[in-house]
Amino acid sequence: MNPALTQRFPGIRLGLIGGACLVLLSLIGMVEAFNQREIISDVISMGQTLLLLTAVFIGYLAAKRGRERGQGLVFGAGITAGLIMAGMLALLVLLGHAINMRQVFINASPALFQILIFQQEELWAGIGLLMLAGVLIGLSAALLCLLPHWLRRVITTGLCSVAVVGLLQDLIAPIFSAWDPLASLIELIFPGNGLSISGAVGLLIVVAALSAFWSFKGQAVQTRIQALPPQSRRGLNLAALLAGVIVLLVIPQVLGLFLSEVMTIVGLYVLLGLGLNIVVGFAGLLDLGYVAFFAIGSYTMAILTSPELGFFDWNFWQALPLAILFGVLAGVILGVPVLKMRGDYLAIATLGFGEIIRIMVLSDFLRPWLGGAQGIGKIPKAEIAGFEFATPQEIYYLILAGCALVGFISWRLRDSRLGRAWMAVREDEDVAQAMGINLVATKLLAFATGAGFSALSGAIFATKLGSVYPHSFNVMISINILCVIIVGGMGSMPGVAVGALALVGLPELLREFADYRLLVYGAALMAMMLLRPEGLWPEATRQRELHEEESVVRASKLAEGTAEPRS
Amino acid sequence: MLQRIRERLNPTDIVMWSIGGILLIMICWGSVATLVKGVYSTHHWIDFIIFGLAQGSIYALIAMGYTMVYGVLRMINFAHSEVFMSGPYTAYYFAAYFYRSGLLESHPVISMVLVFLISMATSTIIAYLLELIAYRPLRGAPRLVPLITAIGASFFLQYVFRGLYGSGFQAYPVIKALEGQWIAGPVRILKFQALVIVAAALLMVALYQFTQRTRLGKALRSVSEDKEASALMGIDVDRMISMTFVIGGAAAGAAGVLYAIMFKQVHFFMGFIPGIKAFTAAVLGGIGNIPGAMLGGIFLGLVESVGPSLFLDGLGIVAPYQLKDAIAFSMLVLVLIFRPTGILGERLAVKKA
Repeated sequence: MNPALTQRFPGIRLGLIGGACLVLLSLIGMVEAFNQREIISDVISMGQTLLLLTAVFIGYLAAKRGRERGQGLVFGAGITAGLIMAGMLALLVLLGHAINMRQVFINASPALFQILIFQQEELWAGIGLLMLAGVLIGLSAALLCLLPHWLRRVITTGLCSVAVVGLLQDLIAPIFSAWDPLASLIELIFPGNGLSISGAVGLLIVVAALSAFWSFKGQAVQTRIQALPPQSRRGLNLAALLAGVIVLLVIPQVLGLFLSEVMTIVGLYVLLGLGLNIVVGFAGLLDLGYVAFFAIGSYTMAILTSPELGFFDWNFWQALPLAILFGVLAGVILGVPVLKMRGDYLAIATLGFGEIIRIMVLSDFLRPWLGGAQGIGKIPKAEIAGFEFATPQEIYYLILAGCALVGFISWRLRDSRLGRAWMAVREDEDVAQAMGINLVATKLLAFATGAGFSALSGAIFATKLGSVYPHSFNVMISINILCVIIVGGMGSMPGVAVGALALVGLPELLREFADYRLLVYGAALMAMMLLRPEGLWPEATRQRELHEEESVVRASKLAEGTAEPRS
Repeated sequence: MLQRIRERLNPTDIVMWSIGGILLIMICWGSVATLVKGVYSTHHWIDFIIFGLAQGSIYALIAMGYTMVYGVLRMINFAHSEVFMSGPYTAYYFAAYFYRSGLLESHPVISMVLVFLISMATSTIIAYLLELIAYRPLRGAPRLVPLITAIGASFFLQYVFRGLYGSGFQAYPVIKALEGQWIAGPVRILKFQALVIVAAALLMVALYQFTQRTRLGKALRSVSEDKEASALMGIDVDRMISMTFVIGGAAAGAAGVLYAIMFKQVHFFMGFIPGIKAFTAAVLGGIGNIPGAMLGGIFLGLVESVGPSLFLDGLGIVAPYQLKDAIAFSMLVLVLIFRPTGILGERLAVKKA
């Protein structure tokens, strides 16, 4: 590409990149798969939203680049980018009509092309509409770029919340229609598939108004809370905590069977995430074989309780301590050999360990003891004084109790001497050792604690499912958990919950998403590392570390009195 | 004297060495028992060795990419296995087309060369883009950051290709010219195995000569030695890093077609296991060391193909061939534990691992 040309017209480069993204999104089938779900009924579907958001974002970047070159280029750059993106999609459609691409690209179906040209009967009319949409997107992106900061935020918040509410209709509609006064309102907003137009507009206005109010008054409210005497501030925190606990306790009763099932899966991932958070987040040891301990917990539970193998016939509570103990032991045993490794070597060695365990379990050699590929079934449910944890709603409480226990332990550990030692090891092993930290004990304790949590989670998983199979324990689980804690924020415990809800809960709700789950995980890992390495809900110290320079710059600016309030 | 020994020993070392000793005894025991039992004839062993050589040379080619990138960036390019997968998967569609149009039968050499070139080009482009988009912005970031990015990139690419080409297995067309075998005394070699071994050997020699003899190769080696000094000598470090990815990608693309010829199918997940094994090979030979990677690859291929029958059969383990991946991964772990510098003992690993 001619550099002089891209210098003159800053939209070209970004337009080509954006166009490539859009074409890729279409060809891998995401657009078509997501098209079933309407965001606003009969107006826009999720697939179109995906394309639209990408296009507007790229157009906005182009317009911003244009503004840096001079005021006149804002619209030029935005519209150029929009046109190029639309043009590339149009080329895709034309190509698809000219030759049959399906032999290679299985998702390049006529249905996809119909979506791209807005279901127009006439091909050229559709192409024209597509180009017009490109121009409009470029124009609105440029306008968005010219707006003052607060207004831009209000508009984007409003639009995003409409998209999110539309996306989560399956979650929102059943919960709120359970309450009579709200039921009619919900019916108005969600007439069928997707939001109604009036509902969407109403929601947009309400959220935008709230967001505008917050951007003017938010600062004041925050300072007022901070100005409260410590006594009442603690009271406020306590009230928030209490409200949280109550919400967690009543959730399964409100959500119904399917959503409770989703919540149990999320809960298991929170448990696993909290464990891995200790190993990766606190101690900085990248463990890719974490699923091995999950498997050990599950299999211990299965062997000890299942009558199918006929070795033991214990109940859940008898087997649970032993499952955790085995997990801890395995953590130490696998931890010793890798003590001297760092970074990538550690990651790959633990990955090897995880795979070895899975292959062993799967093999015919250990079949008499571990059940081979068929797994072990008939694992009894947990029981307390005659009350059996059988349905997802009941198992939810078991998992919640586990999460509370593990969360409490890791919260206390984080601020303990050991926790500080872990973080010192994470930051710099050599310096930590020079400061008198016993590396062997510190690292082994990290592995052992993480493994114990994972085994606990595995034991619950076994009783929840009633059977265990080696295929449930492949490397993808390790990667999923890693994603959860990275997206949430390494070392941050609320981050684990946020990450699990976003990465595990959301895909369960959006069924059509299933095929693209790992694609999105991979993209999320890359994007997080490139753009926001501290995660969605970062731990305070880590955020300070990663943004040290910015805060120094901000501090000096503040001292000169030129800083903008933090956005 | 005794006290000196006691001072030098620490408990973790003792545990590790005893694990190593037990494993060694088990391997010897198993091998002797197998040989005494005599289930396998000489023919079997020769077959195993040839298969191991063919598979090992594929690992060696992939291992180049790992070792070169590690040499330059000190990171495991986790997504290299997807670079390896992307080539043959894309080239499959051309191979299938050549097969349908009859070109594969009438001009097998030309069409195979074309398939190779397409596969290498695709892998090269993917590797180049990967470096440009995912790794370049992260120069100088903490060590875990590029590694996690690479893991993300690996899964992203896997599922992009799944989305593009579908999730099923695609059977590579059979090449008539490569069917059949040559027999020389007790040695029996299948024609496609011969092709794989010869092609991989040629490519490796070419690559090695390239890094040793050409100006560009010299620049590459100097960047992996010391980035700052090379920059001061007027070498464009960023370009050389891209170059590393390009060369590694080309090697992986070629290895991919060889793999497809050998196992006759492609799949979006096909890169994962060979990728880890090739990394094992790279570590085995001493990471950052190109001849080491070749040696490590061939060694790993041999162990994996001979090992299950030799070590495990004698121990009375049922269906030992199921455990061949476990053997490869155990090798990986053992090498990382006992000799992270690899067979050829590269100083790089001492410095960094």
